[in-house]
Amino acid sequence: MSEFLQHLINMLVLGGTYALLGIGLTLIFGIMNVVNFTHGVLYTFGAYIMFIVVHQLGINFFLALPLAVVAGWLLGAAIELTLLRPLRGSDIDTTMLVMIGAWIAMQSGALWIWGGVAKSVATPFPEAPLVLGPVSVSWLRLFVLAAAAMLIVVTYLLINRTKLGCAMRATFQDQDTASLMGVNVDLIYTSTFAIGSSLAAAAGALLGPVYVIFPQMGDLAAVKAFAIVILGGLGNITGAVIGGFILALAEELGAGYVSSGYRDAMGFLIIIAVLIFKPTGLFARSERVG
Amino acid sequence: MIRTFRLVPTVALAFALLGSVANAQTIKIGVNEPLTGAFAASGTYVVNGAKIAADEINAKGGILGKKLELVIEDNKSNPTEAAAVAEKLITSDKVPVLMGAWGSSLTLAVMPKLMEYETPMVVETSSSGKITTTGNPYIFRISPPSAIEAAAFKGIVDKLELKKVDFLVINNDWGRGTAEDFSKMMKEKGIAVGAVETMDQGAQDMSAQLSKLKGTDSETIIVTTAVDQLTLIFKQAAALGLKKRIITTGGSQNPDQIIAQAGAAANGTMHLTTFLPWFPEKTPNPEATSYFIAEWKKRGYDFAGCTESFRGYDGIRTAAAAIEKAGKAEPAAIKAALWDIKVKGLNGDIVFRKSGPEGKESGQSQPNVYLIEITDGKIGMKTL
Repeated sequence: MSEFLQHLINMLVLGGTYALLGIGLTLIFGIMNVVNFTHGVLYTFGAYIMFIVVHQLGINFFLALPLAVVAGWLLGAAIELTLLRPLRGSDIDTTMLVMIGAWIAMQSGALWIWGGVAKSVATPFPEAPLVLGPVSVSWLRLFVLAAAAMLIVVTYLLINRTKLGCAMRATFQDQDTASLMGVNVDLIYTSTFAIGSSLAAAAGALLGPVYVIFPQMGDLAAVKAFAIVILGGLGNITGAVIGGFILALAEELGAGYVSSGYRDAMGFLIIIAVLIFKPTGLFARSERVG
Repeated sequence: MIRTFRLVPTVALAFALLGSVANAQTIKIGVNEPLTGAFAASGTYVVNGAKIAADEINAKGGILGKKLELVIEDNKSNPTEAAAVAEKLITSDKVPVLMGAWGSSLTLAVMPKLMEYETPMVVETSSSGKITTTGNPYIFRISPPSAIEAAAFKGIVDKLELKKVDFLVINNDWGRGTAEDFSKMMKEKGIAVGAVETMDQGAQDMSAQLSKLKGTDSETIIVTTAVDQLTLIFKQAAALGLKKRIITTGGSQNPDQIIAQAGAAANGTMHLTTFLPWFPEKTPNPEATSYFIAEWKKRGYDFAGCTESFRGYDGIRTAAAAIEKAGKAEPAAIKAALWDIKVKGLNGDIVFRKSGPEGKESGQSQPNVYLIEITDGKIGMKTL
């Protein structure tokens, strides 16, 4: 029983960060319809910003997080302005190829600048874990869970309760009508991509100190983010959050009770099942297709 | 514009021709190591050690009157890439001998290429038993296979009072091979073997596996993987309140790096290692060890990398000794010469003995294995 409780705690902590990765991508992939292969690199970028700010500039750990979010926002805006804006209106394959190119270039750039050897970030949290009866959890991970939850709530409110969010949803439903209503479509494209990117960078900045930081760390994260978005349904923020927790639960219980060798396969088994039986995602409202 | 495009291939061709002329003056050794991906840290250390050996040899006049040149390629911690890199080194760079490929799965992927092109390779790190038992006569291994590690460990299990052990191993030929060889030895000693858990080589979160191991009735966990994953395991085990004894195998632990990155979580852990840079006087060739460590520090490398980099140093010296003995830089002659050399390695004399099926034996050297323990952030030696 205590082992099961420990798995549940692990799932909560892991699921929070998966959710954060998922909502960043669902904004870009789901709403903007851009298959964003740079999501993983932005995650890596956020982690390296954390490393630079804490270890090379010697600035406080807690200040590093907002700095990583801002840096991710700026890099995302730059990608949108230089790569995506000229391609607006071209088919999805062209955009996808350009994004794959950007992914490879940026990952190689990270390798060039920081080298392939993993870096680790020191944190101000105590090494001794918080013990709650039979289960224990590290303070750092609790902080990560809290920060992720906060970012998720902020994003949800931004999309559903603000004028910008309303304009974003309108733009991606019908660009021409939104434009006629006075929405600055160019600005909306750039800000949506920038917000999604800053969430990826935030996830990297939060998880970098938990794990280790290296140029390819974003690859597995990106694969999981795509899985979560498919689970939750394209553009569905609540779906991405729940999808993140489902993926974490499948991995934890799969590794704990089935076979640890297949841990990373568990999530994908679920995806295959979802794609076969409910291809629009687990939480998609019924809608007209085509 | 068109003119520029025509100019580019001409210039490239000129460089290529110049390059091949310059290269004829050197003797090449191909180095196939993971410089990116999951084993980047370890592979980079091995390459840095290899460079020290090459510089030392060149400072003494090179081999056969020519300069030694290392052709270093990144196999990206990926078996497919490792095989491609081997092919490139042999066919395009025309190296007569290789060193590589760090991981067992990487080395196993390269082995068919060695047969195809009849080129020998010095295996510096890999420990899967399969490498020297499947009948590949181009393999010459200086690292201990996991069975030798297990045999060395056998002597101390009584002192450690092991009763029941679990395994947590990397899910590849290295990890699974170690679990197999150590389980066999444990059972011979009457020690019960419990759960065998695996982790993907790129996995960063082992909490699920560790939570499971926390709940078993074993008192010891044998862990096999490289340093980056080990650091994460110690941190995550501490976060889960896992208080079992952890013993690591494989010699890729870089204990100083574990102490630096895992802090107090590393205390009480034991490690089977193949080099003692902390106690040069206790190594088989103290003079060579001291030279190597001094050179390593002089170049400003992290001391933690010594336990890994010495293999690159020994591997290149082994290949160079064989070229010298062969009298020419040709694969067949080097392969024959590898059987006749004796190199003063940092972890014992490197002499190849036959291993594997008759008629197509691989070479296997018999290095030493040591057990060290981390106490209060310091490394101490346990007698085996």
